[in-house]
Amino acid sequence: MIEVKNLVKSFEGTTVLHNINCVFNPGMNNLIIGQSGSGKTVLMKCLIGLVRPDQGEILYNDRNLLKLNTKETRKLREEIGMLFQGSALFDSMTVKENVEFPLVMFSNMTTKEINRRAMFCLERVNLKEAENKFPSEISGGMQKRVAIARAISLNPRYLFCDEPNSGLDPQTSILIDELINDITKEYNITTIVNTHDMNSVLGIGDNIIFLNKGKKEWVGNKDQILTSHNEVLNDFVFASPLFKSVREAAIDINKDLKI
Amino acid sequence: MPLVKSISTLGSYVTLMGKVFSIPDKWSVFFKQTVKEIWKLIFDSIWIVVIISVFIGAVITIQMQLNMASPLFPRYTVGLATRDTLLLEFSSAIMCLILAGKVGSNIASEIGTMRVTEQIDALDIMGVNSANYLILPKIVALVAFIPLLVILSMSTGILGGYFVALMTSMISVDTYVYGIQTMFVPYYVFYSIYKSFVFAFIIASISSYYGYTVKGGALEVGKASTNAVVISSVIILLFDVILTKLLLQ
Repeated sequence: MIEVKNLVKSFEGTTVLHNINCVFNPGMNNLIIGQSGSGKTVLMKCLIGLVRPDQGEILYNDRNLLKLNTKETRKLREEIGMLFQGSALFDSMTVKENVEFPLVMFSNMTTKEINRRAMFCLERVNLKEAENKFPSEISGGMQKRVAIARAISLNPRYLFCDEPNSGLDPQTSILIDELINDITKEYNITTIVNTHDMNSVLGIGDNIIFLNKGKKEWVGNKDQILTSHNEVLNDFVFASPLFKSVREAAIDINKDLKI
Repeated sequence: MPLVKSISTLGSYVTLMGKVFSIPDKWSVFFKQTVKEIWKLIFDSIWIVVIISVFIGAVITIQMQLNMASPLFPRYTVGLATRDTLLLEFSSAIMCLILAGKVGSNIASEIGTMRVTEQIDALDIMGVNSANYLILPKIVALVAFIPLLVILSMSTGILGGYFVALMTSMISVDTYVYGIQTMFVPYYVFYSIYKSFVFAFIIASISSYYGYTVKGGALEVGKASTNAVVISSVIILLFDVILTKLLLQ
């Protein structure tokens, strides 16, 4: 579990995050949503320690990230897997070497065990056949899957995904969402997804935090979001006519059920 | 303002070097990376060092012959002057300036691209000391290998002059070889090698710094690469003066 308490972050006098309080639970897809500039990327960067907040606490199962020393921070980071927006695969390494990298750096496994674990992770994301290819030789969707395989290679307790569907076609986006969801449930990982893809929100949003202008505007799940009366949230989530009609249908069903 | 910016840049360079010169996360990975960097340097740089040195050696010999065609100078002066020019300045300082362009820009753009494509962030989040993992092997490889390139440059430069003596009638081979051997000061070779250690560190560390601190996209990577070459070259020239004063006086 990750708990955020009273988090504040400013850049050059402009407050980007205003007193954020939230909880990210294990075995759930915790989604951070919001418009561009709402502070979701800064919040995620604070959570993983790339940006230091001005105030507040970030508790990883009672370990305050901001008070850990270098050794403890390093230990914690070994428990974190991260899926970047652009995959961030090491382009000088093959797909398999990318997945093996965290194992080589942080485990005491033998070469044989590392190889076996890497192949297991690649198999888990259905990419066994691409093991000897370089990232530049595979598609964007495959790169995302390799990045997921790399992120789970060390059996992380926490998985961060920064806009995992950006730049992908709708079909591949659904595949990536399903993969994230399956892995989260299978290994009971605390997964935090930063997204503005409404398919993901309605598909895998077990716990959704909506940020607006750096403030936590709304918290709920994918079912509650359909019937929410928060106008700012509705303007953001149901901006397209398609999602608007989905919402109206959900409200009608709710009314019928009440009758 | 430029002074404040320079001091701030120097400060962040020193801070980065502090991160670079720490104990590697895993020694086996560090050695593997260093060997990889040395091989890269061999394949990337040997040919350019050999080609430039042979031609410059030949040109220096021709120039010396043309400019020293006087009864006041013995004919073997051509070989002697060619040798000392190569040993004292060309093979260390000028060769390192060329390598700053070739290897330095390569390092800056490689690390810069890793920065803008979030590969360095990925390393940091994994808990890897990215500065140490990426930069230290490059510094060790360059400091270990560039002195060897300098020695290669001296040899091939002298060989370039030898070809001039062999293939033209400007100077006889015997006279050239006699000039090469006359009044030879072995310390000049060591002086050149000492300088190359410093220059290699300058090329690797400054280029890595500019790559590592890139912010933005492809345009900024290009700018960082250019800055790396320009600043490395200026610092090499500055240290050339300082080291010449310190080591030859």
